[in-house]
Amino acid sequence: MSAASEKLYRYRRMKNLLALVLSALAALFGLFWLVWILWVTLSKGMSHLNLGLFTQMTPAAGEDGGMLNAFTGSLEIGLLAIVIGTPVGIAAGTYLAEYVNHSKLGTVIRFMNDILLSAPSIVLGMFVYITVVVPMGHASAFAGSIALAFIALPVIVRTTDEMLRLVPSTMREAALSLGIPQWKVTVQVLYRAALPGITTGVLLAFARISGETAPLLFTAGGNQYFTANVLEPMASVPTVMNNFAMSPFENWNGLAWAAAFCMTLFVLALGILARAILLRNKVSHD
Amino acid sequence: MTSEAATLPASSTRETTDNRIDAIFRGGVAVAGLSVLAALAGAALSMLWGGREAFETFGWKFFTTADWDVGARNFGALVPIFGTLVTALIAMIIAVPVSFGIALFLTEVAPTRLRAPLAAAIELLAGIPSIIYGMWGLFILAPYLGEHVYPWINDNLGQLPVVGPLFQGPPLGIGMLTAGLVLAIMVIPFISSVMREVFLTVPSRLKESAYALGATTWEVVWDIVLPYTRSAVIGGIFLGLGRALGETMAVTFVIGNAYQLSAGLLEPGTSIAATIANEFGEAVDPLHRSALLALGFVLFVITLIVLAAAKFLLLRLQRQEGK
Repeated sequence: MSAASEKLYRYRRMKNLLALVLSALAALFGLFWLVWILWVTLSKGMSHLNLGLFTQMTPAAGEDGGMLNAFTGSLEIGLLAIVIGTPVGIAAGTYLAEYVNHSKLGTVIRFMNDILLSAPSIVLGMFVYITVVVPMGHASAFAGSIALAFIALPVIVRTTDEMLRLVPSTMREAALSLGIPQWKVTVQVLYRAALPGITTGVLLAFARISGETAPLLFTAGGNQYFTANVLEPMASVPTVMNNFAMSPFENWNGLAWAAAFCMTLFVLALGILARAILLRNKVSHD
Repeated sequence: MTSEAATLPASSTRETTDNRIDAIFRGGVAVAGLSVLAALAGAALSMLWGGREAFETFGWKFFTTADWDVGARNFGALVPIFGTLVTALIAMIIAVPVSFGIALFLTEVAPTRLRAPLAAAIELLAGIPSIIYGMWGLFILAPYLGEHVYPWINDNLGQLPVVGPLFQGPPLGIGMLTAGLVLAIMVIPFISSVMREVFLTVPSRLKESAYALGATTWEVVWDIVLPYTRSAVIGGIFLGLGRALGETMAVTFVIGNAYQLSAGLLEPGTSIAATIANEFGEAVDPLHRSALLALGFVLFVITLIVLAAAKFLLLRLQRQEGK
C-alpha cells in the first residue's frame, strides 16, 4: 500500500469512528432528557402522593385536598370521546381499506387524515368552541369530549385502515365466494381478524387524549366540585394541572406533580398494553 | 316443484335485504370517511369565519404590526407569529442532528439485541403528554438554565460580533431559547422514529454491496442510505416541524408570554398557540376573540402547509419502494 492510500485509509477510518461516536452521543443526549423528565415526574410525584389525592375534591389555595373530581371528570370526558370517536373511526377506516383503497378519493382521505393526526390540538379546541360551546352557551364535558374525539378519530382511522389492509385478501375472497354479502364479510370475518390491531389503535387513541390539555381549556371548562352531568362544565386532570402548576401556591403545585405522576404512569401503561396486545397477536400468528 | 317455488321468493327477498343492508353499510362508512374531510374543512372555515372581523379591521397590518393591546383594541400578530417561527426553528436546529444520530445509532451502530427495545422505549416516551414537558421545563429546566447556563451565554456568546445580540438578555430562565429547547426534546422522539423507520426500508443488498466494496459504516449511511431515503427524511423533519409549530402547553409554560419583539433569544416572548391558550378563555371583547380566531387560522394554515409537504415527501419514498 502506498503512503498516500494509507493516509486516505486512515482518514476514512477516523471519520467513520468520529461519526459513530457522535451518533452514540446523540442517542445518549436524547435519552438523557427523556430519562431526566421521567425521573423528575416520578420522584416529585411520589413525594406528593397520598390517599387524599383520590378521595378529596380540588382544594382552595393553601388548603388540603385531592383531585377526585378531576380524575372522574377526565375519565368521563375521555371515555365519552372514545365512545364517539371509535365507531366513526372504525367506519372511516373500513371505508378506506374496503371501498376506496386504491382510488383517488382514498388517497385524499388518507392524506387529510394524516394531517388531522398532527394538526395543532388547540385549533381543534377553538373549532369545537365555535361549533358546540357557543351554541350551548357554556362550556361542558360534552364539548370537551367532542374536541378529544377529533383527536382520537385520526388515530383510530389510521390503525383500522392499516390493520384491515393487513388481512389477507384470500380471506375476503373465500368469504365472498360463499355468497356472503360484503357487509357481513366485513363485520364477521375482517373485523374479527383485525380486532387486536383495532383494539391497539383505540388504546393508543385513549392514551393520546388522556394527556391532551389544549383542546379542553375552553371546551370542558372547570368545576371545583364533583359532577357526572356531561352537560355541565367538568374538571379534568390536564386543565387542573395547568391551573395548579401555573399558580404560586405550593400545595397546588404539589397536587399538579402528583397528578402528573398518575397521568404519566397511566399513559405509559396504556402504551405498553397496546403494544403487548399487538405483539402477542403477531407471535401467535407466526 | 312445490318446494322450489316456495324457496325461490324467500331467497330473493333475502337477496334484496342483503343488498339493502350492503348499500346502507356502504353509505354509513362513506359518511364516516368523508367526515374526516369535513372535520378538517370545518375547522379551517369556522376559524376563518370567526376571524373575519379581525382581518377586515386590520387587513394586512394584522401580520405586520407588533402592537397587541387588548385595552386599546389594537391587535397585530407579528410577535406571536415571530415567536412561533423562532422557537420552532431553534427546536429544529437542535432536534434534526440529534434525531439523525439516534436513527443512525439504532439502525447501524447499536448491538442488534438493543435496537428494538431502545426504539420501543423512545416511541413510548414520545407519548408522554406535553403538559409534563411544560411543567418540567418551568420548574426544573428554566431555573437551572437561568442560574447556571444563561449568565455564561450572556457573558461569552453575547460579546461575539454579528451573532452577539442573539445571546444577550436577562438570565430569567424562561424565554424563546428555553421554549425552543423543550420543543426540541419533545420532537426528537418523533423525528428519530420516522428516520429509523425509513432507514430500515433501504434494501440490504444496496448496503451490502457498498460494504463489500470496502465502504465504512459512515460512508454507507452518508452515500447510500441518505440519498435513497432523502425525501422521506425531509418529510420526517417536516412532520416534527409541524408538531413544534402547533405545540401549545409545553411552550405556554416556558416562553414567558411577553409581547415584545426582540432578537435576543434569552428574552421572553410568546407564540400563537401560547397566546390563544392564555387569552381565548377570557376574551370577552368580540374583536379580541376574533383576533385570536384569526391567529388560530394562521397557525392552522402554516401547519397545514408544513404537514402537507411532509406527507408528499414521505409518499415519494413509498412510491419509489412500490416500483
